[in-house]
Amino acid sequence: MKARVFVTLKNGVLDPQGKAIHHALEGLGFTGVNDVRAGKLIELDLAEGASDSDIEDMCRKLLANTVIENFRIERVESAQ
Amino acid sequence: MKSAVVVFPGSNCDRDLAVALEAVTGNAPAMVWHRDSELPAGTEFIGIPGGFSYGDYLRSGAMAARSPIMTAVREAASRGVPVIGVCNGFQVLTEAGLLPGALMRNAGLNFVCRPVPLRVENSQSLFTSAYDSGEEIAFPVAHHDGNYQADEATLDRLDGEGRVAFRYLNEVNGSARRIAGILNDGGNVLGLMPHPERAFEPAHGATDGRRLFEGLLETIAA
Repeated sequence: MKARVFVTLKNGVLDPQGKAIHHALEGLGFTGVNDVRAGKLIELDLAEGASDSDIEDMCRKLLANTVIENFRIERVESAQ
Repeated sequence: MKSAVVVFPGSNCDRDLAVALEAVTGNAPAMVWHRDSELPAGTEFIGIPGGFSYGDYLRSGAMAARSPIMTAVREAASRGVPVIGVCNGFQVLTEAGLLPGALMRNAGLNFVCRPVPLRVENSQSLFTSAYDSGEEIAFPVAHHDGNYQADEATLDRLDGEGRVAFRYLNEVNGSARRIAGILNDGGNVLGLMPHPERAFEPAHGATDGRRLFEGLLETIAA
């Protein structure tokens, strides 16, 4: 079983990397980009039976710094 | 004074910190490996050095903050043992929850590496007793992730309780309220991005950092 954890900066937290990407996109001539926020995707390959609360625990204890980051968990059903 | 310096894979200021501590205390600190689960008995001071622990993977200081030795550091800090975290050490202390807030990528995105002027905001702490309040000093910085951020309530509390130990005089990295170093609520844990151990000998070009260690020794010995 796999799970994807999306870690993103909280609203209001300045994202220097997102800003740099935004500037670079503008430099390449892409217009109409209002804002860019950069985050992380962490893929977990888990033993069967891992519960939502196990994954949430992993997020709170290590994968995200909840002072500045939010996380979202998405379970991926493995192909049979 | 019995001191200890924690060494993580990727620490690179551990020896600088050890040299400074030995010069001031007269004996070499114990170098404690991140996998150790205990500090030497009777440790009176703990240093978390600068560097790039675990290659800054995930977030600066994130992996180091969860290493076995940090349980012992947390326990010692809760008993009032003084702990200093310099640069990556500051990042480790925030990630470990021993200090509030977080250190993010520098606002200008550049790695900043130069001496910076600082103001001593609180000269009453264990670590800053050798300075005058409001005194202007200079320590070198060398970091990519030194942009201190916390919510407004936390920042107000830090300011209100005299827990901002050092503040940059000029814009350096985007830190909220130009905070360079903060104390925990007990006053025995200090985290700062600038390097006092690199402003220690005349050969370093400045010696403002030496007084931090001397003042600390005096306070602990008293």
